Amino acid sequence: MPHIRTLSALAITATLFATPLSAKTLVYCSEGSPENFYPGIQTTGTSFDANSQIYSRVVDFERGTTKVVPGLAEKWDISADGTVYTFHLRKGVKWHSNANFKPTRDLNADDILFMFERQWKDSHPYFKVTSSNHSYFNDMGLPKLLKSVEKVDDYTVKVTLTAPEAPFLSDLAMEYAGVQSKEYADAMLKAGTPEKVDQEPIGSGPFYLVQYQKDAIIRYKAFPQFWGGKAKIDDLIFSITPDASVRWAKLQKGECHVMPYPNPADLEAIRKDANVTILEQPGLNIGYLAYNTTKKPFDDVRVRKAMNMAMNKKAIVEAVFLSSGVPATNPIPPTMWSYNNAVKDDPYDPEAAKKLLAEAGFPNGFETDLWAMPVQRPYNPNAKRIAELMQADLAKVGIKAEIKSFEWGEYRKRAQAGEHQTAQLGWTGDNGDPDNFLNTLLGCSSAKGNGSNIAKFCYQPFEDLVLKAKSISDQAERTKLYEQAQVIFKEQAPWFTIAHSVQLKPVRKEVVDFKLSPFGRHTFYGVDLK
Amino acid sequence: MTVEATPAPTAPRASAGPPHPFMEFVSYFSANRGAVIGLGVIGVLAILGLFAEFLAPFSPTQTNSQVFLKPPVWQAGGVAGHWLGTDAIGRDMLSRLIYGARLSLLIGFAVVALSVTAGTILGLIAGFFRGIVEIVIMRMMDILLTLPTLLLAIIIVAILGPGIVNALIAVAIVLLPHYVRIVRATVIAETAKDYVTAARLTGASNLRLIVKEILPNCAAPLIVQATLGISTAILDAAALGFIGLGAQPPTPEWGTMLADAREFVLRAWWVVTFPGIMILITVLAFNLLGDGLRDALDPKLKR
Amino acid sequence: MLRFLFTRVSLVIPTFIGITLLVFVLIRLIPGDPIETMAGERGIDAKEHARLVHEYGFDQPVIVQYGYYILRVVQGDLGRSIVSHKPVIEEFLALFPATIELSLCAIAFALLIGIPAGILAAVKRNSIFDQGIMGLSLTGYSMPIFWWGLLLILLFSVQLGWTPVSGRIAVLYFVEAKTGFLLIDTLLAGEFDAFRSAVSHLILPAIVLGTVPLAVIARMTRSAMLEVLGEDYIRTARAKGLSNFRVVTVHAFRNALIPIVTVIGLQVGVLFTGAILTETIFSWPGVGSWLINAIARRDYPVLQGGTLLIGSIIMSINLLVDMTYGLINPRIRHQR
Repeated sequence: MPHIRTLSALAITATLFATPLSAKTLVYCSEGSPENFYPGIQTTGTSFDANSQIYSRVVDFERGTTKVVPGLAEKWDISADGTVYTFHLRKGVKWHSNANFKPTRDLNADDILFMFERQWKDSHPYFKVTSSNHSYFNDMGLPKLLKSVEKVDDYTVKVTLTAPEAPFLSDLAMEYAGVQSKEYADAMLKAGTPEKVDQEPIGSGPFYLVQYQKDAIIRYKAFPQFWGGKAKIDDLIFSITPDASVRWAKLQKGECHVMPYPNPADLEAIRKDANVTILEQPGLNIGYLAYNTTKKPFDDVRVRKAMNMAMNKKAIVEAVFLSSGVPATNPIPPTMWSYNNAVKDDPYDPEAAKKLLAEAGFPNGFETDLWAMPVQRPYNPNAKRIAELMQADLAKVGIKAEIKSFEWGEYRKRAQAGEHQTAQLGWTGDNGDPDNFLNTLLGCSSAKGNGSNIAKFCYQPFEDLVLKAKSISDQAERTKLYEQAQVIFKEQAPWFTIAHSVQLKPVRKEVVDFKLSPFGRHTFYGVDLK
Repeated sequence: MTVEATPAPTAPRASAGPPHPFMEFVSYFSANRGAVIGLGVIGVLAILGLFAEFLAPFSPTQTNSQVFLKPPVWQAGGVAGHWLGTDAIGRDMLSRLIYGARLSLLIGFAVVALSVTAGTILGLIAGFFRGIVEIVIMRMMDILLTLPTLLLAIIIVAILGPGIVNALIAVAIVLLPHYVRIVRATVIAETAKDYVTAARLTGASNLRLIVKEILPNCAAPLIVQATLGISTAILDAAALGFIGLGAQPPTPEWGTMLADAREFVLRAWWVVTFPGIMILITVLAFNLLGDGLRDALDPKLKR
Repeated sequence: MLRFLFTRVSLVIPTFIGITLLVFVLIRLIPGDPIETMAGERGIDAKEHARLVHEYGFDQPVIVQYGYYILRVVQGDLGRSIVSHKPVIEEFLALFPATIELSLCAIAFALLIGIPAGILAAVKRNSIFDQGIMGLSLTGYSMPIFWWGLLLILLFSVQLGWTPVSGRIAVLYFVEAKTGFLLIDTLLAGEFDAFRSAVSHLILPAIVLGTVPLAVIARMTRSAMLEVLGEDYIRTARAKGLSNFRVVTVHAFRNALIPIVTVIGLQVGVLFTGAILTETIFSWPGVGSWLINAIARRDYPVLQGGTLLIGSIIMSINLLVDMTYGLINPRIRHQR
């Protein structure tokens, strides 16, 4: 070492990368700070990632799949009519501890009840603590669906529903249903600091929180008494790095092991790096440009078709998505069942577009707005750049497009209210059913009011097919109906379908058994380091 | 980010003697090499801006899917015709930089024009009427000066919505206090003087007094401050563009171009380097000119 | 004397009230619905929306909201962040040391280079040194620091690999936050490797943030020195046969210090503007990047509280500089 010390500048960097800890430490370069440590009120993947390491749920998704597996409940019975779920809890599940709180008992039915009631009953002392907006609990329809949640004994919980609901178990495997300690909550309530429960979390998950510094770092340690057995790594660190290029620079230098959301521009270099592999999975998503079909001139299908032909999709995808996306033809992603391979996309043909425009009464084009989201989304890495390319293409057929953008919450609200002529947006599927795309995004009911059908597309032949498909259970029959619906979609052209993006995760070679989640989450229990 | 120009305590008098004040100014100014260089650079930028249509080889918004992110011609992989390379969606860098000159100069002048006009009016009112009006105006200026300029500009743009015009207004508001202070100080100094009292006694109206007697005395410090203000305006507008709150794409504004290029920092040095150099050169030129003007106009330094 | 202090302090009160009013009104004017933002990607139904609007008091008249706001501010309560639900003051205090640490290092860098450069320029007036230093300092003064930061990252972090790309310290070091200043905390903990890591993370951001103050200080030092060097007592000192070095450093510089200190005090606002940009570029976890994020997320309480706190801090520092100056220089005291 002494000879290194003499080169002072080099010594700084040389020691920088030396690991002072002998333990196995996995560093994840996360993209942002979590909102807090109460998953019940969170809405972002960033927050869920930070929390799912800490909390356990009644049931879990098997890592890397959408299959529901036992969690805190070892097993469960479902009544014949599908309305009563009886969960049998695991015994001897230990809680974490921290400076404020040392648990005196194992996890039991009271904690499960606390999880439900805190989000459900507005009279519960914890209902309003931190926030009363339990978005996912509400979104999954649980307030209406739940009839009662009862403790049968310390290790048995009976949940009664108002109606049978097939996805109920999947609902409980989601992050918002993370179980917090009732004993901790009671103690903090007594101490007059109930919000501590959500800031200094106590969970029963594979890792416990050691330190959180906003915008800098989250530090976890493996919980030795975790019910599933101690994690293979000893320390887990989230190094919060908002800039994608910087995340890549850190991964390259070995300052972190896994990074989400690489910059498309860096992919080429990442692929060339021998120390890094890129895990890929086609995403359940679609990015599109919606024409407001209730506004002139987009109420004319010829205009919409002309627009579709005027824009060079291949160039757009190449320039903006690079290798992280595939050009989209249909409104549903190719990995989804019922995807219609026979549908042909509108060709890029400015001459034909001009002709069609002339037919529709716009030989000299027209003026329109062109909305672009202000933020990067999983289905669209750079809406503004896409808009610039579209604008340039449209100018060639005489259409003058003005790019507009608003703050993101405002953008979505205004687009859903139909204030735009054309607007980019996208969708990531919740449950893998085509209805979740075709009806949710293009059905008549969501075209009304502030629905998510921002093309305001309501076309009876399409609507009939989609509604019929929803009412029957035979998948082969449904497939046929959805395939027809996609043909009609292409004829009517309410959207310019842009691309389906691919989930890409650069991971260093020494990481063993990291699995991509179909929901885009990052869980590190079960991951090892070479 | 402005060095406050010291308001001239004794304005140049026309009766100063032989060398005509303007000639004197010219001789002082031209002796300052930096200032002359600054003026020259601004001249070149102005020509670029004025004749962008003829000088730029391409349209600043014309995309070309054949040449995404190509380096400058002298580097391997460069494409003939695109002298300084192309950006992520195949637009010619050189052309965008040239059009950017037009934009930045326009922003600089517009901001300062706005700010000087409003600032002069407020400063005159404060200095001439004194009393409660003055207190209110000057307290408001103090508040504006207390908050960090960029933070204030960001909040204003957040209210008005991102865009070049709104960014311009925000920067103009942020710069306002400097002009108000200069004008007010000059007015107060001048109104105390005998000639103003004399004019008042002869029945000159307030407006006449302001326009004829007092305003000309503010001119020298205002010109200096305005020149320095242009550089601040260009810099702040670019910073807003960089944060994504200034000019919106595809406008070829230098700050916005930099923001757009940030993700290519590891891959394409040219999209990151050139817009920054242009900002630096332009701002530097105005600062050189401003310094030169101050030295030439400020009698304190004339020894 | 007391009267001078009293008038100076009393001038600050209306400014402070003005800032609260300005901040409050401006932030209400920002379009965008914080409740909608809170709901995230999935949107929110109308009933739930109305309930939350009521809970946060957004349905009351603005003047009533302002009243409540002032009442709470006086009690030291700046509200809670809509995103994290933590008290604004708590978040601010957690992040502020990072900003201070960065700013102090930037100022130290600016002083360490700016003052000697300014002195040298003054002593060798009109020489090649003088012209070079003044040219460079004007360039520094004209620097778009967001670009300067990118350039330095490109050169030192990416090309040469000398410094880390971003952050405050390598994540592998776990240092207990006693003071919040990593340079101090690492030394208290006796972890010298961690200290070195913190220093290496600090170098580039401090240089970037210090560039503009450096230029200002160099220019100010030069002109203050020139003025002092022309005074009679310096000529006397020289005539007495004191060495040139001694005259410059002891006699002249000490007297030039007052205007220099004033300039440093007035750089606080400039420094914060720079901190916003520097923190954004280097992912530095300080209050600058915190505020930028708050704007993006429509986190009203954070934006309000943060702006108010920063405004107050700058105001206090300005006041302090002002008063010190007044104490040193009696002529100021009697001006209005």
